[in-house]
Amino acid sequence: MTNKKEYNFPSCPIPISDYPRVLLAHGSGGTLTNQLIDKIFRSVFNNDYLNQSHDGAIAQISANKIAMTTDSYVIHPIFFPGGDIGSLAIHGTVNDLAMCGARPLYLTVGFILEEGLAMEDLWRVANSMQRAAEEAGVQIVSGDTKVVDKGKADGIFINTSGVGVIEHDQSICPQSIKEGDCIILSGDIARHGMAIMAVRESLSFENTIESDSASLSDLVLKLIKSKVTIHCMRDLTRGGLATALVEIAKASSMAIEIDENVISVREDVRGVCEILGIDPLYVANEGRFICFVPESEAKEVLAIMKASPLGNDASIIGHVVKGKKTLVIAKNQIGTTRIVDMLSSEQLPRIC
Amino acid sequence: MKFVDEYRNKESVQKIAQAIKEITKHPWTIMEICGGQTHSIIRFGLDELLPKEITLVHGPGCPVCVTPLESIDRAIAIAAREDVIFCSFGDMIRVPGSQKDLLGVKAEGADIRIVYSPMDALEIAKKNPSKKVVFFAIGFETTAPGNAMAAYMAKKQGIDNFSLLVSHVLVPPAIETILSSKQNKVQGFLAAGHVCTIMGYEEYEPIAKKYKTPIVVTGFEPFDILQGVHMCIKQLEENRYEVENSYARCVHREGNNKAMEIIKEVFEVSSRKWRGIGIIPQSGLILRKDYFQFDAERIFDLENIKTCEPEECISALVLQGIKNPHECAAFGKQCRPDHPLGAPMVSSEGACNAYYRYKRR
Repeated sequence: MTNKKEYNFPSCPIPISDYPRVLLAHGSGGTLTNQLIDKIFRSVFNNDYLNQSHDGAIAQISANKIAMTTDSYVIHPIFFPGGDIGSLAIHGTVNDLAMCGARPLYLTVGFILEEGLAMEDLWRVANSMQRAAEEAGVQIVSGDTKVVDKGKADGIFINTSGVGVIEHDQSICPQSIKEGDCIILSGDIARHGMAIMAVRESLSFENTIESDSASLSDLVLKLIKSKVTIHCMRDLTRGGLATALVEIAKASSMAIEIDENVISVREDVRGVCEILGIDPLYVANEGRFICFVPESEAKEVLAIMKASPLGNDASIIGHVVKGKKTLVIAKNQIGTTRIVDMLSSEQLPRIC
Repeated sequence: MKFVDEYRNKESVQKIAQAIKEITKHPWTIMEICGGQTHSIIRFGLDELLPKEITLVHGPGCPVCVTPLESIDRAIAIAAREDVIFCSFGDMIRVPGSQKDLLGVKAEGADIRIVYSPMDALEIAKKNPSKKVVFFAIGFETTAPGNAMAAYMAKKQGIDNFSLLVSHVLVPPAIETILSSKQNKVQGFLAAGHVCTIMGYEEYEPIAKKYKTPIVVTGFEPFDILQGVHMCIKQLEENRYEVENSYARCVHREGNNKAMEIIKEVFEVSSRKWRGIGIIPQSGLILRKDYFQFDAERIFDLENIKTCEPEECISALVLQGIKNPHECAAFGKQCRPDHPLGAPMVSSEGACNAYYRYKRR
């Protein structure tokens, strides 16, 4: 979302004068570890599961099927326009569960902290995680903290794993897509990747580009509740829209045709991409997804998406065709077509 | 987006493509010099909009592709040193050297940083006075002013831990080499708009006259390129051979004086080896004597580096427009962007990379 609020968190309860920075001892398992857990993690994430103070969380669920996923978050800088590593670690894992058609319930979190990390930063990250978790309707029920020597990590690494329940009979996966399916994209692309690149490389523009990082769970649950048929969903993360399409085409043995003209890229984001010679189709997103639905359902899905702030810019960008040698083809502005394939590595800015 | 969308407009692109069809009476072979143009042509499928009489061949204008293997091996040797922070434009770090690439050396622990501008490397030098910071100064006339400025500022500010590993090349001597080759098929050129933005196009006029070959200064968007082709074909059909400018919104005949001044201040013209082509007289830039203190090749001992090119790679022929990437037996098989045999498969301006990304059969 573009209009993110600035939240003011209460200040860090570990007195700055005592431990303004994370020490190796905070990961030793002794009193400092306990203090860190009690004063930061338990106090911020505060819930019954965590308060069991057990080796793990025990919970009752009421579903036949669950979805599980895990993801690790290593991002520099840890705070960026539109989010931070904490909110990202919640959104990413929640979104992976949502893409399975699951209602996300519980997350675990593993922190790897670099010795010397400012305690205030850890506090901000933990609070941001909690806020994102509340917004996504999940609880952080178990965790782990390790501290590594200075230089052995980049401030903070986070792993989150999640469990969600599947409360419907649809089989939402790449193998379910069919010839003729419409591909609906939930909004504009390439904001997260370009926001990070702009901060990392100190590229300044008239307006700050903010990451699109957001939990998609609410919108996906709305779609599922409406009983529309959904064949497949995929959130667009690293590798961007192009990579997601190629992965799905590959997994389903189908081919995909898209129209680049209807893919929304914000004007300023497009400008930065053009200057650097970067193709927005391959740039990372953290709050966008594609949805494969039968053509007969497309109109309804689009209407539900457009009613949500997470999908108000949604559009049909293409459709599924019979499998062929070339997996994904894009029609461009001048009416010709090009192959869309995975990149062998990260996109790098052009030289001249 | 202004200055982009109007040059990617479907109607105007089709109109100019139709105009080309109408004036084309004979078969012609045209070379676009710049790798950026090659990518635009292949990405937008512009070659498919042209009548069958017109063959586009791709030129040597990919800075990464023509940087000689020796320079890459030297870069790798310098980067591997513990006292060095090696800075480079992104694409260079994936180009295979004789044994490995810069990315591999980075994984072995070398401090290699991708920068967007040589001035960023200069900043790194200021912040790391105990390290020797080396910038891999490659490219055509387009990157030369920026690289020259970095050396100029280093001298002015007395930053003595900064140096350039220079491998600069110039376009006009490459055009002459292609035109004077016995295998040459090229009858007209699209000159590189960005190079001419810096240098102007006066220096192309004697070449057009000597070889009786039209040269059209051309931009990078679909309409720009087709307009360049149109002007070039028109000259060919009318038996004219002049230098014309189809990219007037950026290029002036006299070029950018300020940029040329700084190039002249720091660099002088010298012979240079081009990867795949060989030594071309007066085709490169080297640091002037006053800037020897910033010359990485003088600072580091770079003897005993043996280079060897993979035998299967035909990039030499691709870079001269003699063969098309599809004519290479290794294309898409042993040679892919994730396992390149030659630089044109790696670089975002390389012809082989463009064919692999957008035009695989």
